Amino acid sequence: MKRHSLITRIWHWINAAALIVLFMSGLNISNAHRFLYWGNYGFDPADAWLSVMRFPAWATIPQRYDLAEARDWHNTSAWVFAVGLLIMWIASLITKHFWRDIATSPRDWSPVSLIKAIKEHLPGRSTPHDRPYNPVQRIAYGAVLGIFLPMMVFSGLAISPGFEVSAPWLVDILGGRQSARSLHFIFAWALFAFFVVHLAMVLASKPLTQIARMITGGSREESHDA
Amino acid sequence: MPEIKRRALLAGLAALPAAACTELAETGPAGDLFDAAENWHRTAHRALANRQALAPEYTPEERSPDIRGNGTRTIETPEYRAAQAEGFANWRLSVSGLVQNPLSLTMADMRALPQRTQITRHDCVEGWSAIAEWSGPQLSDLLDMAKVSEEANFIVFRCADVLYDRDYYESVDMVDAYHPQTIIAHELNGAPLPEKNGAPLRVRIERQLGYKHAKYLTAIEAVASFEDIYAGKGGFWEDVGDYQWYAGI
Repeated sequence: MKRHSLITRIWHWINAAALIVLFMSGLNISNAHRFLYWGNYGFDPADAWLSVMRFPAWATIPQRYDLAEARDWHNTSAWVFAVGLLIMWIASLITKHFWRDIATSPRDWSPVSLIKAIKEHLPGRSTPHDRPYNPVQRIAYGAVLGIFLPMMVFSGLAISPGFEVSAPWLVDILGGRQSARSLHFIFAWALFAFFVVHLAMVLASKPLTQIARMITGGSREESHDA
Repeated sequence: MPEIKRRALLAGLAALPAAACTELAETGPAGDLFDAAENWHRTAHRALANRQALAPEYTPEERSPDIRGNGTRTIETPEYRAAQAEGFANWRLSVSGLVQNPLSLTMADMRALPQRTQITRHDCVEGWSAIAEWSGPQLSDLLDMAKVSEEANFIVFRCADVLYDRDYYESVDMVDAYHPQTIIAHELNGAPLPEKNGAPLRVRIERQLGYKHAKYLTAIEAVASFEDIYAGKGGFWEDVGDYQWYAGI
């Protein structure tokens, strides 16, 4: 059996590409009005809960301030991202990937098992990498798949006035349009934080092997190689 | 091609795909893909909700303290100043194009028509929002009075303001033109429209972003296509900055 199923691998890379475009074009869009508010309205910087930095051109798509083109990149890759996430969720439930590798049991949340998982990853330890995910990984991937990524879709839909008329309750439960916009920004940076840790973990444990496995699929039966 | 500053390794790494993106966006296939994605959004929005579905309306207490003026905030022409000095008593709004009964309406005519008052949220493409009460006749009433012909596919709004040496204008399709909340507002929060918000008349397109809500209206025109109007993209920002014609996203 493959370590990573074909659908996981395809989704992983397509999703990664879509997220990079979404994040960098999102930074361009943020530059259009660099203030975040709570509630339904907000236009006066004096009422903002956060004054956001101006993101430099090298960090944005396109590489100059261009709200119209950034919105084109953003709203086009949003389709790839949202439809991909939906397909991945359906596939994970059908193939039992979710139940087997992501879902946690109450025992996974106990401090003992969490500390054990972290200790196994301390420098100098040999890590049994062909095992299913440890509790810390299950919680991290579960939060990303179940909360962070869906929240990007929902908060993004909520700030679209044309979508809002079909589900005004979505804007209400997120606390109003400007709250939804703030949450869109917060979860985007939460995903960026995940991306940094995820990358650091891969780099710390045979990065080429790990990346190759996410392309070829690898094998679940591989022996300890750490 | 914009200059890429190599301030850090991360900068360089981030810049590689982004520079390629900019080049892609300027070529045909990416532009076509963007247009297709914009159409999918509009199709999805209209499939999910009733075509007449209303944008949220708020209570007077939920209004914001002010509504920001954006784009043109003042018109420094002698004609506009003179019109303003006489309380826009001689301002005319024409309804023409593919109609059987062209109209030329005064402000008194506009006030004499059945009015719709709505407290709605104004969302700017930049990201900010304001909530205010708008009053005026429904565009659908004007179009019915003018008897729009079957060949008309779009309604074009022509304006008195000039930005970057170009006349401001906008357009919507018939779904938004006949939407109950699409009104020609002459009042904001119970008082005549202030200059920064489009005095004396502005259109409200409540399910789309602020740049569609053309201000300082002088004419409404029913057309089959907007390809021959100005640069042909259906609106000032669409022509100047390649903004999305469908601004419901």
